[in-house]
Amino acid sequence: MNTGQRLIEFKEVTKAYGKGTASMQALRGVDLSIDEGEFVAIMGPSGSGKSTCMNILGCLDTPTSGLYSFKGVDVGKLDRRQRALLRRYYQGFVFQGFNLLTRTSAIENVELPLIYRRAPAHQRREDAFKALETVGLKGWESHTPGELSGGQQQRVAIARAIVTKPAVLLADEPTGNLDTARSREIMQLLNTLNSTDGITIIMITHEPDMAAYAKRVIHFRDGLVETDKQNGRAD
Amino acid sequence: MLWNTILLALRAIRRNMLRSFLTVLGIVIGVTAVITMVTIGRGATVQVQQQIASMGSNMLMLSPGKRLGPGQSSGSAPFKESDADAIAKEISSVTAVAPVSSQSLMAIFGNQNWTTQVTGTNNQYLKVTNRSLKAGREFSDSELRSGAAVCIIGETVRKKLFGGQGGLGGKIRLQKLSCDVIGLLEAKGQSTMGMDQDDIVLIPLSTFQRRISGNQDVGMIQLSVRQGASTEKAQGDIRTLMRERRHLSASEDDNFNVMDMKEIAKMLTGTTQLLTALLSAVAAVSLLVGGIGIMNIMLVSVTERTREIGVRLAIGALEYDVLMQFLVEAVVLSSLGGLIGIALATAGSFFAARLMQVPYIFIPGINVLAFLFSAAIGIIFGFFPAKRAAMLDPIDALRHE
Ligand SMILES: Nc1ncnc2c1ncn2[C@@H]1O[C@H](COP(=O)(O)OP(=O)(O)O)[C@@H](O)[C@H]1O
Ligand SMILES: [Mg+2]
Repeated sequence: MNTGQRLIEFKEVTKAYGKGTASMQALRGVDLSIDEGEFVAIMGPSGSGKSTCMNILGCLDTPTSGLYSFKGVDVGKLDRRQRALLRRYYQGFVFQGFNLLTRTSAIENVELPLIYRRAPAHQRREDAFKALETVGLKGWESHTPGELSGGQQQRVAIARAIVTKPAVLLADEPTGNLDTARSREIMQLLNTLNSTDGITIIMITHEPDMAAYAKRVIHFRDGLVETDKQNGRAD
Repeated sequence: MLWNTILLALRAIRRNMLRSFLTVLGIVIGVTAVITMVTIGRGATVQVQQQIASMGSNMLMLSPGKRLGPGQSSGSAPFKESDADAIAKEISSVTAVAPVSSQSLMAIFGNQNWTTQVTGTNNQYLKVTNRSLKAGREFSDSELRSGAAVCIIGETVRKKLFGGQGGLGGKIRLQKLSCDVIGLLEAKGQSTMGMDQDDIVLIPLSTFQRRISGNQDVGMIQLSVRQGASTEKAQGDIRTLMRERRHLSASEDDNFNVMDMKEIAKMLTGTTQLLTALLSAVAAVSLLVGGIGIMNIMLVSVTERTREIGVRLAIGALEYDVLMQFLVEAVVLSSLGGLIGIALATAGSFFAARLMQVPYIFIPGINVLAFLFSAAIGIIFGFFPAKRAAMLDPIDALRHE
């Protein structure tokens, strides 16, 4: 499902960590464009700049040079507050290490982005319940992350990212900590979210098996896009 | 939204119950101390005022030196009985004059002993101090003149020496003086400054001078002014008379002091209030320390929860949201501390008042003030850590280990 609307555009994006001679280029001029409704897998060896790219996509980090536009808006021209609002209203982020709030129930974790959207309490509860149900965690609402398995925690993290119905879901190795069976469940879930809810998905993965679920696979190497292919699989 | 933030803050506080409690302990102690001090102080002041009122507003007290109290300046000549006589004779508005000399002595009866205040005076003392006998009689003229070994005892002394019943007609020993109990004082209870007014033995002044002090001095003179007559005028007259009797020239200051109850009240309540103010100030310092405790823990909390802050920022929290979260948390925490302190102080000062036998007076003002103050501590000491949390860069915060 590709509506053809341009969602994300990278032009000559670079990112350097550190200063002077100690500086290292994590991204060395990435050109990329992703349309609404796409399901993209980003692959590549460790240290090739995938996470760096994802953090810039999620407005958590800023590029050293180059242009990033989101829905036609030059993100580089947005201030801290506007970037926060962009994250709040358009993006859902699934972190590599879950990053759930400890000692906080699953439902409260999922509600969090809605709180910042100033959603009314009953609406929040309802949406959070639904999101947890979507990821297959009905009945686990009151459990804290400590009482959940890695796979369940990952699904809570996904529920938290999709509860706001974001325009784009950014997931950094969402199956990195899971066994194959659990990973497939997650991929099927992402697939459904993409095809039925029309959420654009950009996901980093190491495993070709998982990348196979995506419609497009981008390979990174040494801070550059090496290959960018549509998946042969048609659906 | 604010309500939500408060709920979130309560959640965060509940998640760390023990630490939250330890954090606010300083505030709890500070608030408790301040409120208790002020409440007890107010009770003591009111008690002093009540007792002074019960003693009658027409009493005057004449003492040597420039002021009354423990810091009496020495070197001024003591009074003699003739001074009291002169006042009785010369000042028409005075109805009763009692020369008074006291010393703390051990009273012994059988194998019981009790250290008490032995006061040499005359029958007028009862009139001046508003006291009456519940049994027995006053001193006779001849006893007063001859320095007879007789005494009138207060209820506390009677109980300590004679137990539940009796006392009248008994023979008690004061130092080397063995004297007959001829009268029992009606009980009067605690006095100003918590002194037991029934812990007293009255003997004729001449007896006191001959058998106990061994000189003709009189410690002070207590007198009462006729109802309706001006105490100020009586004070002035006595002053003139005493200056004359003590041969003071116009350039010399008084070397004695005539105080009326208003002044005595002012002095006593002044002492109480000063003490209250001092203790409250000490307690207030502990409030400040409590505030610093909150800041300390909030700073630790910010560091500890850097990742959490990163997550919040990443999923759409604004600087403002994080600032409010930590600020509200600090304020809720310190306000809870304040409330606990108020509860403890209410219970504490109620029982302390009982114990110290001063009236318990609930003062709404100090409670409200203490609460607002503890909330303000939360804002002041919570702001810096909160600002620090809010300024974090999301990516840095997320990378924090
Ligand atoms: N915060 C950082 N400071 C310095 N170097 C970093 C930082 N984050 C990543 N890098 C470096 O940038 C490169 C790309 O990292 P990253 O984007 O995490 O790669 P990937 O996710 O593909 O494994 C790596 O060489 C890494 O060491
Ligand atoms: Mg990575």
